[in-house]
Amino acid sequence: MRRLSLTLPAILLAAPAAAADLNVTVQIPQLNVAEYHRPYTAVWVEREDHSVAAQLAVWYAQKESKEGAGTKWLPELRQWWRRGGRDLQMPVDGVSGATRPAGDQKLSFHDGKAPLGPLAPGKYELVVEAAREVGGREVVRVPFTWPATAPQQLAAQGSSELGAVKVDLAP
Amino acid sequence: MMKHSMKWGVLALALALPFGAQAHKMWLVPSATNVSGADPWVTVDAAVSNDLFYPDHMPVALDRVVVTAPDGHAAQPENALTGKYRSVFDVHLTQPGTYKIAAVNGGLFASYEADGQKKRWRGEPAELAKAIPANAKNVEVSESINRVETFVTNGKPSDGALKAEGKGLELAPVTRVTDLASGEAATFQLLLDGKPASNLKVMAIAGETRYRNAQDEIDVTTDKDGKFSITWPHAGMYWVSASTQDDKSSIKQAKVRRLSYAATLEVLPQ
Repeated sequence: MRRLSLTLPAILLAAPAAAADLNVTVQIPQLNVAEYHRPYTAVWVEREDHSVAAQLAVWYAQKESKEGAGTKWLPELRQWWRRGGRDLQMPVDGVSGATRPAGDQKLSFHDGKAPLGPLAPGKYELVVEAAREVGGREVVRVPFTWPATAPQQLAAQGSSELGAVKVDLAP
Repeated sequence: MMKHSMKWGVLALALALPFGAQAHKMWLVPSATNVSGADPWVTVDAAVSNDLFYPDHMPVALDRVVVTAPDGHAAQPENALTGKYRSVFDVHLTQPGTYKIAAVNGGLFASYEADGQKKRWRGEPAELAKAIPANAKNVEVSESINRVETFVTNGKPSDGALKAEGKGLELAPVTRVTDLASGEAATFQLLLDGKPASNLKVMAIAGETRYRNAQDEIDVTTDKDGKFSITWPHAGMYWVSASTQDDKSSIKQAKVRRLSYAATLEVLPQ
């Protein structure tokens, strides 16, 4: 007991020193189509073996319905669904939310804090998948190494359902 | 009743023939293989046809349809109807996990000579003794067991509905049956009476055959453990089938037993 009370503050003190930030900007393009619906979008971090290291965001229709809001259509985010979406019980605190309008959607995550959690050093991919009702589907991947040793800006460009996906790493 | 048994006879004959480019194919096609939400349903088409998956020949008899829920218990198909070319029914997925939807056909086929004429008969084992006259000559009886399946998963896949019944040809998943993606290899195991069915030809054909000039079938052979792998060239609904015959009929008069298995599997894009 004494030992625990001694080490616990040490851990708490050590945590901020190791904190690293992961800032993500997801551009949802303005589309000139007859029938526009905001895309269902998932953002997650994959390890090299494609297993999910962290579920960061899932945006879907929140309107109440007999079918359980928009959860009926979550399997349309096909890769996300296979890679772990189907293991989640929606809604997930700090992860799930309403669909977002066109524009730059900014997200901020901190090492050790939910939903990113402690991310072991290594190679990862930030994955963004968007699927739109009566529209298309697109997946954009941004590879990164964690933790960054210096501030780093990475980006990948979507071509249809997603615009630029930017990842800013802060050591 | 007359109409029903006649239809069944045509079907039994269609399925007893070796599978080839011309053979009729029996299939079940669900409207989705991965569903979620608070109250998911799928609708299923069930038919026998030449082209995959266009109902152009005859419907599947609904009394042959068995839906197994993830907990292993039978679930009731709902809103069922049989039309000229297809049967349709809904499945209400009230449990999380993988559902198995099957149509199981079986019965006896007999040919004999009586009063100088060649005759044929199809029916259930219990009717056999009465159906064939005492003065019949050259009696030949064969048994058939045909299983056609598809699968739907509500949320996370599970194995509870996929236990083999141990009779005829059946599929056991290695790769999860509702978790198939284009460009990826999927592995399954084929069982014969619950044991690995080795060295058996398995054929996969993608749907939409109407819109191409060849069946483009993918042929593989099961290994000594009954396992086979298919790498899906593109997304779509695939019809995977195998057939064989042996002399292990449980019906004493039947010298030949014909067995077939077919599954409709959905492959999704990456």
